[in-house]
Amino acid sequence: MDIHIPTPLRAYTGSKQTVNVTGATVGQVLQQLTDSYPELRQHLYTPEGKLRSFVNIYLNDDDIRYLPGKESTPIEESDELTIIPSIAGGRYF
Amino acid sequence: MATETPPETQLPKLTNDEISRYSRHLILPEVGMEGQQKLKAAKVLCVGTGGLGAPLALYLAAAGVGTLGLVDFDTVDASNLQRQIIHSTATVGKLKVDSAEIMLKGLNPYMNVVKHNTMLTSANALEIFNDYDVIADGTDNFQTRYLVNDACVLLGKPNAYGSIFRFEGQASVFATKEGPCYRCLYPEPPPPGLVPSCAEGGVLGILPGLVGIIQATEVIKLILGIGDSLAGRLLLVDALSMQFRTLKLRKNPDCPVCGIHPTVTALIDYDQFCGIEKPAAVGPLEVARDKAVGGAQVIDGIPQIAVEELKRKLDAKEDFFLLDVREPHEVPIASLGAPLIPVGEIEKRIGELAAQKDREIIVHCRSGARSQKAALVLKNAGFTNVENLAGGILAWADKIDPTMPKY
Repeated sequence: MDIHIPTPLRAYTGSKQTVNVTGATVGQVLQQLTDSYPELRQHLYTPEGKLRSFVNIYLNDDDIRYLPGKESTPIEESDELTIIPSIAGGRYF
Repeated sequence: MATETPPETQLPKLTNDEISRYSRHLILPEVGMEGQQKLKAAKVLCVGTGGLGAPLALYLAAAGVGTLGLVDFDTVDASNLQRQIIHSTATVGKLKVDSAEIMLKGLNPYMNVVKHNTMLTSANALEIFNDYDVIADGTDNFQTRYLVNDACVLLGKPNAYGSIFRFEGQASVFATKEGPCYRCLYPEPPPPGLVPSCAEGGVLGILPGLVGIIQATEVIKLILGIGDSLAGRLLLVDALSMQFRTLKLRKNPDCPVCGIHPTVTALIDYDQFCGIEKPAAVGPLEVARDKAVGGAQVIDGIPQIAVEELKRKLDAKEDFFLLDVREPHEVPIASLGAPLIPVGEIEKRIGELAAQKDREIIVHCRSGARSQKAALVLKNAGFTNVENLAGGILAWADKIDPTMPKY
């Protein structure tokens, strides 16, 4: 499946706008993403391994926090995952 | 919209000149005479008259919004004009609220401009917002974003939100009666440690125009009560691929400010909330943000050297290593001729500096902020004699080489 990388985070994905990953759940594909681009990890997860509260991950049009399975939500190859950055105009995470 | 518009009979009448001016609105059934009168009665506050606020305020003025409040404490700088089209070459150096008023009144003399030449703070936000029907957030920092959001929720006023970064923008409408607020989307700001400095802070000048006009569209729709607002949706704009997407936003029942059991019931200290030092009370935001540092001091164990001292060392051909930590695309703009390793690559490429480990190293960037960060990385990696060029290229251009461009 494709993960859309927002501009502020493209510095850590070699400028890639989308990264293709495989996995059965949201958590697994995010794991694969951060394994491929380790510098991304600290921007998405706390040192304790929790998704940061200012990072929003959308599976298609829905915030994964509001999906019943959250990060364990199963995904299909045709799904799209989007990372929504916190941007303030000039500053961002 | 959140505030009640007066019944039609109480709406202000349009003069014949106004009727001529707004004729393309008047013949549009969705606006018509009543809609145009609603616009005339409306009071909209633009927080910021920068990249987003400029097109936003201009279009609202052109559309006939009767009262436009402007909050800004900054002055116009030449580097603003690449995108802040409410200002002009002739008003460089003037207060932004004064400069904006000239342009707005020139476009539409039939509207009122209320100038708030102040920094929006927890102490004044509620009082300022109280007089307006809709708030349009065109600020450029997280503290003010949360302040605007919380004030809007507390007062029950809708917030037409827009935000930009490089080629990417976001827009929504927050704090409507039923809809989510900014904190439902972002409960907490990113810690400043994860906010990189001006290295990647550029913006395509047209983008705030695009997003600011989306905000203006939402404001007009809220006033007229037409269409579907962006409340409950987040619009993502990618100018490079020219793709627009909307994502669903939900009101978070546990939201600390708009949830069922709010814990934030008054404005708080937003600098503290965002974990940053208070910005300077006067002067451009960027100076406060980049924190250009003075000379002859030690910050976090890194001696700060002044540009005059660097000049003396260069002239005396002293033995030291000058390192530029800016991005490659900045070098053609202005350069001191030093070898380049961008601040983000220092750790990875530290091996290239192995021979300099015990040599005097002077690190420089544009303003002195990134180079301070890089100097700390080097010091922590065991480099024994690392200094930061205070003020960077900007100070060099000011004090040593007036032919060097500042950017």
